[in-house]
Amino acid sequence: MKPAPFDYVRPKTLAEALALLADAGGGATVIAGGQTLMPLLNLRMSQPFILVDLANIAELHGIRAEAGAISIAAMTRQNAALADPVLQQRLPALVSALRHVGHHQTRNRGTLGGSIAFGEPAAELPAVAVALDARLHLQSVAGKRTIAARDFYIGPYATVAQPDEILTTIEFPGWAGDHLPVFGEIARRPGDYALTGLVGAIERDGPRITRAGLAWLGMGPTPLRATGLEQRLSGVGADAIDFAALADLAISETSPFDDKAASAEYRRTAGRKLAERLLREALGQGAIP
Amino acid sequence: MSEHRVHMTINGRRCEAVVEGRVSLTDFLREEVGYTGVHAGCEHGACGSCTVIVDGLAVRSCLMLAAQADGATITTVEGLAGPGGRLHRVQQMLMDEHGLQCGFCTPGVLMTLAALTSQGEPIDPQEVEAAMSGHLCRCTGYQGIRRAARRLAAGTAS
Repeated sequence: MKPAPFDYVRPKTLAEALALLADAGGGATVIAGGQTLMPLLNLRMSQPFILVDLANIAELHGIRAEAGAISIAAMTRQNAALADPVLQQRLPALVSALRHVGHHQTRNRGTLGGSIAFGEPAAELPAVAVALDARLHLQSVAGKRTIAARDFYIGPYATVAQPDEILTTIEFPGWAGDHLPVFGEIARRPGDYALTGLVGAIERDGPRITRAGLAWLGMGPTPLRATGLEQRLSGVGADAIDFAALADLAISETSPFDDKAASAEYRRTAGRKLAERLLREALGQGAIP
Repeated sequence: MSEHRVHMTINGRRCEAVVEGRVSLTDFLREEVGYTGVHAGCEHGACGSCTVIVDGLAVRSCLMLAAQADGATITTVEGLAGPGGRLHRVQQMLMDEHGLQCGFCTPGVLMTLAALTSQGEPIDPQEVEAAMSGHLCRCTGYQGIRRAARRLAAGTAS
């Protein structure tokens, strides 16, 4: 339970960190909060030659709220985001999800960028990024690029980010001030990865739904955008929704798996009920009859 | 394999050492500094026994490198009791509410409770209770820990 030897470096600038990654030719691993990486190092499932700690890079910390978007620097600690009044007001689904990320003690060190870049398919934050249509800002010595979270994940723990790239900022687009947040998950114990979960936001103009962003966690090899559900909701009057049919549609888009925690069938059954309950609650239609 | 000179203030004492990059804060505190009240349980972040307070926040010391704690102020369970062994109020409360038996998880439990109730003002009991989900205890059935947490949150500790 001790990591294999590595060189530990804690650069003070992003340029320095990027140069280290470029020179390492894939032999370096970035450590953000370390709350997922440290177990992998201790178990020797990860054995980098160089560990590049981003903690002291000032530009990777902080939350910047603008009229049309909220940019969260990648090293923002999960508990700092949880306590942020702007995020509580403008991105309530993110804040609800944050309460379920690990435990209080791990959220004191765990970061938004670390979780989103790692890409655990049953984790909350990657699904939030996909659901709320976040844009992920990546940087390497070669330059910067921006990728939609919806195009970022390609498999379990696999993303389109290259080994020499660092996720610097998560940019959430503006959601209307009165949008309806959606978040719920089913886990065996608090702090465990979810067996199934659904997260997102719904905007309305009067009774009519104008925009929906929703994604599943734990229901496939990556966080899964609920595309069909989003489309079915858009333009519909909240009073004209058949919630049972909507939940059937939502679950038909998932591809859950069997593992030691739950069967795919359980995930489908529980996820369907969860979707129906969350959508009813969000749209003000009360409990499942 | 890098080595690092680190400076920390641990339980009020200045400390300077040279550590290998891969050494966890748990192992550093136990083996280099001698604070064996920091319990190494699962060593991968699941059990909470190794919890210490780093710059005012309860963190898992097994999920942090000693080199990352350079410059930090750290409190371990050894730093809680006052002069003459007078128990800290979270220690007294856990004892009063029978929130411990074998004591393996206890240092971690104490450090989370101490970090969250350090201001001495009432805080949301549900918040403290939720934070206790980060600690596994195989003896108490949790009810004693839960009562202690709720009383500390309410600020009824003497």
